Amino acid sequence: MSTPQPPAKGASHAAGDFSYVGIDAILEQMRRKAMKQGFELNIMIVGQSGLGKSTLMNTLFKSKVSRKSVVSTPEERIPKTIEIKSISHDIEEKGVRMKLTVIDTPGFGDHINNENCWQPIMKFINDQYEQYLQEEININRKKRIPDSRVHCCMYFIPPTGHCLRPLDVEFMSRLSKVVNIVPVIAKADTLTLEERDFFKQTIREGLRANGIDVYPQEEFDEDSDDRMINDKIREMIPFAVVGSNQEYQVNGKRLLGRKTKWGTIEVENIAHCEFAHLRDLLIRTHMQNIKDITSSIHYEVYRVRRLNETGAQPNAQPPNTLVNPQPQWDATVF
Amino acid sequence: MKYLHQLKGEGARAVPLAGHVGFDSMPDQLVNKSVNHGFCFNILCVGETGLGKSTLMDTLFNTKFEGEPTQHNQPGVQLKSNTYELQESNVRLKLTVVNTVGFGDQINKEDSYKSIVEFIDTQFEAYLQEELKIKRTLHSYHDTRIHACLYFIAPTGHSLKSLDLVTMKKLDSKVNIIPIIAKSDAISKSELTKFKIKITSELVSNGVQIYQFPTDDETVAEINSTMNGHLPFAVVGSTEEVKIGNKMVKARQYPWGTVQVENENHCDFVKLREMLIRVNMEDLREQTHTRHYELYRRCKLEEMGFKDTDPDCKPFSLQETYEAKRNEFMGDLQKKEEEMRQMFVQRVKEKEAELKEAEKELHEKFDRLKKLHQDEKKKLEDKKKSLDDELNGFKQKKTAAELLQSQAQQAGGSTTLKRDKERKN
Repeated sequence: MSTPQPPAKGASHAAGDFSYVGIDAILEQMRRKAMKQGFELNIMIVGQSGLGKSTLMNTLFKSKVSRKSVVSTPEERIPKTIEIKSISHDIEEKGVRMKLTVIDTPGFGDHINNENCWQPIMKFINDQYEQYLQEEININRKKRIPDSRVHCCMYFIPPTGHCLRPLDVEFMSRLSKVVNIVPVIAKADTLTLEERDFFKQTIREGLRANGIDVYPQEEFDEDSDDRMINDKIREMIPFAVVGSNQEYQVNGKRLLGRKTKWGTIEVENIAHCEFAHLRDLLIRTHMQNIKDITSSIHYEVYRVRRLNETGAQPNAQPPNTLVNPQPQWDATVF
Repeated sequence: MKYLHQLKGEGARAVPLAGHVGFDSMPDQLVNKSVNHGFCFNILCVGETGLGKSTLMDTLFNTKFEGEPTQHNQPGVQLKSNTYELQESNVRLKLTVVNTVGFGDQINKEDSYKSIVEFIDTQFEAYLQEELKIKRTLHSYHDTRIHACLYFIAPTGHSLKSLDLVTMKKLDSKVNIIPIIAKSDAISKSELTKFKIKITSELVSNGVQIYQFPTDDETVAEINSTMNGHLPFAVVGSTEEVKIGNKMVKARQYPWGTVQVENENHCDFVKLREMLIRVNMEDLREQTHTRHYELYRRCKLEEMGFKDTDPDCKPFSLQETYEAKRNEFMGDLQKKEEEMRQMFVQRVKEKEAELKEAEKELHEKFDRLKKLHQDEKKKLEDKKKSLDDELNGFKQKKTAAELLQSQAQQAGGSTTLKRDKERKN
């Protein structure tokens, strides 16, 4: 393999410039294709009722995307069993179209006996993987397989200020193996800054002690640049967030916030809460990365497990291909 | 536990945004990821030896690829592929150029297209195998599938050769074909127009599907549809530079004038470069993956007996079919194993019998020899015995004689002695 190189040039060229080949025009072609196709994002929100999950979703996407805004319930009731409700929205910004699916889990952690409350959620996530897998191994398959896999699961931790509860540990340790978990401290306006820092530290220790790998996972850092950026993020998780649907007048500007007698909490002010960091991580910088980890790591793990399930013989080594398995016998003829 | 999937898919509701969310950076994130990852592009050049394929590649990518011009005495068509890493600003491209060596040189060209089709299929097969693996690494897989096939047409000025038609017909469902007229500085402008029309009509009448530049995206629809009308492109390649005016341009210099490669009045090189690289590279890759590869995959899997639905029209899982096939295969394997074992046992028996035979013979020989030895020994002993008897007899006679002598001596000892003496003398 030789490495001849056309002279590297800047981005803009005259049309008659003979030393410019035009390979970097492929970036523009990719951008056009991406704009035409649009993007998909599936977020799941998990947490007890009353933690402000729906409000936070609405704040994140600056529109009424939560289940409460779609289905109007006369009074909020806690369902007997955990329900999984997913609602899709088409949103568009500056020509970029996105299909956002918000998957809500009312009933999680709300009962007296919460044993196995993660099971319906695990099943849902695995069902999405299964659906994708079935479509992928079809003979006649669609041009673009619709992606309903859960890309990110936001787990809401109540702001107790102490440490992780057993329910939190159980849920996160099980689900961090199948999906990207982003833990957030909900309703963080009840914690002072010192309490917040202490709480975060305890949570981080708790996560480490229980071997829970939340997003961004250390083992998936691609290079040292990545690691630097992700390390900074890892020092900040879990994000302490406050959500709000209402705008107030602060210093002559209209800002999203919560108004109390002792002051107004500005949602997008990083001195007040970490909502802006969460939004930047989730949407503005790491969205593609989250989707990539879901499709190339979590989905592949599921696929390997699923394909090895049937057909694994106890004494023979399972072949690494679905078809054309290599014969185990090495025939030697006299 | 129940699911409530509301309004998924096409029925998703459109919601307006009340402020700047920020996901308009998604295309940038996607592009950044691709830049970090690098791109790969594979071109196949099909054409007779001496049509300037290598020179055109050098000119297109503005660099000197290695390789020497091939001889004309190849026994069959071979495909030689070379991979190069190019970089322009921040884009890294892994370019693979595959050349058909010896195409059109043989006397009997019936099988020329076969090695090309085989090569393309091999690349599809490699990708399919990777995709079907249980533990797979698709995102770091080096894609070797051919994205574009440049078919070089000899500048005869009349029509397509039958070899060209046959080859293109075999390739059109496997790869994106872009026909180009090579060394087009040998044809005059008027002849060129007639030639192009003739070629296009022949392709259409023979049902050859060449690659059409996509016209569904408004930004490029116009330029693409114009270019579609200029196919096949008449190109001239050159890596030598000639001074025209005050610039150095790539050109071919003749006594009667200079053909400038990048002059659109002289040849269609600029159009080719524009279409192949600057406008449609991504589309070529996408068509290869979504159309040609999918077709190959479908045919291959159906050939192997996999179906999507069984006779009852319930969806078959690939897993079940695979299971059945695997059991069948294992059964076959076991049968073969049994057969081999039988054969082995048979052979062992035969050998054993042979060896036993040999052993018996050896024993017999040993017995014979032993008997011989014993006979000889006996004879020897007999002889010894007779010798001993003689010896004994002699000794007896000797003692008897000595006795007589001593008696005679005592009686008339000296006379006898004298007589003996006289006798002795």
